[in-house]
Amino acid sequence: MEDTIKLIGAIMILMGSFSLLVAAIGLLRMPDVYNRVQTGTKASTLGAIMAFAGVGLFKYESWGDGNWLGRVIILIIFILLTNPVSSHVLMRAAYFMKVPLSKLTKTDKLKEDIDNNVIKEPGNE
Amino acid sequence: MISPEMIVYIAVGMFAFAMLIAMIRFIKGPSVVDRVVAFDSLTITSLVLISIIAALSNRMIYFDVAIVYGLLSFVGVIVVAKYIQKGL
Repeated sequence: MEDTIKLIGAIMILMGSFSLLVAAIGLLRMPDVYNRVQTGTKASTLGAIMAFAGVGLFKYESWGDGNWLGRVIILIIFILLTNPVSSHVLMRAAYFMKVPLSKLTKTDKLKEDIDNNVIKEPGNE
Repeated sequence: MISPEMIVYIAVGMFAFAMLIAMIRFIKGPSVVDRVVAFDSLTITSLVLISIIAALSNRMIYFDVAIVYGLLSFVGVIVVAKYIQKGL
């Protein structure tokens, strides 16, 4: 029984490492800054959460003494809250820095909003 | 019979490989945002590595290092993005 829970934790760490590896490969292969931000942060959020949960299960024999589980949950909630925010802010900064979009881009809703004066471009007021 | 520790060591090798690949993008990325994203990915991978080291060496104090490191990296990414956007 103890070995089974430890094995499940180790397999979850392995799945998280696979997801982070896929995120890194996407970071290398994607054609555009925006695609890179998207693939980097989404897949690495999933991989990090899975690996942290795996660490929490892997150390299950010391749940009684100490705060392993509490710290793991704090880290998971922290990553879940901050990673989308930082990716969003970065992508917005890249757009207003006028990094060119990929040639495969079909729609650009933010440009329409700027043309219709719904959103103001920062730094030009 | 494969022990759970062996699976964790294989996973650590895959984390190191992922950090290597993200490092390539960090070195050759054409714009600033590419580098920041690669740095963010490196930070998250090293957070996981720190927590695995804490679990394997049975020291809880390393986990606090991981929490503070995550907080600082978030603040750093936000500051760099605001600076690029002329908001700082």
